[in-house]
Amino acid sequence: MAAPDFLVHETKDTVGVIVVEGIEAGQELTGWLMETDETLSIKALDPIPLGHKVALGDIANGDTIIKYSHDIGKAVADIGKGHHVHVHNVKTKRW
Amino acid sequence: MAHSSFWGYRRENNRVGVRNHVIILPLDDLSNAACEAVANNIQGCMALPHHYGRLQFGEDLELHFRTLIGTGSNPNVAAVVVIGIEPVWTKRIVDGIAATGKPVEGFAIEQNGDINTIAAASRKAKEFVQWASEKTREECGLGELWVSTKCGESDTTSGLASNPTVGNFIDKVDVQGATTCFGETSELTGAELECAKRGVTPEIGKKFLATWQAYMDDVIEPHKTSDLSDSQPTKGNIEGGLTTIEEKAFGNFEKIGKKTNFVDVLQPAEQPSSGPGLYFMDTSSAAAECVTLQAAAGFVVHLFPTGQGNIIGNPIEPVIKLTANPRTVRTMGEHVDVDVSGILRREMNLDEAGDALLDMTIRTCNGRLTAAEALGHREFVMTKLYRSA
Repeated sequence: MAAPDFLVHETKDTVGVIVVEGIEAGQELTGWLMETDETLSIKALDPIPLGHKVALGDIANGDTIIKYSHDIGKAVADIGKGHHVHVHNVKTKRW
Repeated sequence: MAHSSFWGYRRENNRVGVRNHVIILPLDDLSNAACEAVANNIQGCMALPHHYGRLQFGEDLELHFRTLIGTGSNPNVAAVVVIGIEPVWTKRIVDGIAATGKPVEGFAIEQNGDINTIAAASRKAKEFVQWASEKTREECGLGELWVSTKCGESDTTSGLASNPTVGNFIDKVDVQGATTCFGETSELTGAELECAKRGVTPEIGKKFLATWQAYMDDVIEPHKTSDLSDSQPTKGNIEGGLTTIEEKAFGNFEKIGKKTNFVDVLQPAEQPSSGPGLYFMDTSSAAAECVTLQAAAGFVVHLFPTGQGNIIGNPIEPVIKLTANPRTVRTMGEHVDVDVSGILRREMNLDEAGDALLDMTIRTCNGRLTAAEALGHREFVMTKLYRSA
């Protein structure tokens, strides 16, 4: 298959990682779920830089963000599917 | 099996090195100038200037000695000239290194001055360099190789590809009896319970958790401001897409592979003594501090996965850089030894990437200069535990 636009580590994850440069809002993306070798698709609703995360579904304010099947922090705003997930809408629960 | 041997220098204590350095080692900050003068006088030796060694006490002083003695004792070092301001602590370093059986001699500046000290130390350095230049390599099994790892300027591509590539390497060399080491106490925060499960016994897992908790209690709690968010993740991590310390920690943790459990927990710069296998060392997550401690524990080659492009090297331990970030490969390729960005394009799997890293590690052990060596990166940074008296 063609090179993916985003990668997802594990099935339980709620975010994927953009692995190409220059993703723009409105772009249809192809993803690779590494754990099961499945192909995914999603529409980006923000410009998302290489290495940054995209929401795989709708995430409510306060929801736990899952990556590597583990808790990596909580949403501090509602994040719609396809939007950019980063320090503006996710924080650690630790401090 | 391919990749089962390399060509190294067997030292007097039977440890195997992959470089043949003669180093000029200062006991303290005051002796840097004399050490650098000797290294200017004599071709083929290298000074290791640093900032400390005066009025330290207690555990901090012990770490200072352990780091310097360990650096001189590393099998990548053929012979050592030690220069200190006074003879007593200088002799302590010399005696520590001499236990390996390698040539070492100390010089003290008090009652001699810099110029006489430099003259005497230069004569000895010349003798050591000529002696070391006749050392030859012999074929050694991977079971004699000591490999350390630490990642830096990580981003999400580190957790996706370059760190798991190191993990694949660790899984492959562990079964061949190699001795390996990971550290970065603070950067396992968020994954500490998962990490503890990878101790070879529940007791070793508990020892790891106790080390991690001591770091939280003694370092983070007394000194933190509101949180660690201004430094963990770093600005480079955030630019690369890492959002929280937990996300960084789980990516970091990919470096120890899927199958390999750690056999013991080491103090900073402590030499492993439980036989072959993977060790956790209590270190800072600052790149140069961590690699300096691992080199002082006797590790001879280092694997350094980076996302955004950390450029660190070490004076005595070659540092191999790998990255999966295609932008880093494009914009700063001169720092990259192994490009595993093909994983992100689904062109390469982790097993192939692990083999490519193993191949480059053996070439490096056999003498190929790393990017960091060719570019002159010699970051030698002592870890200081608290203020001097």
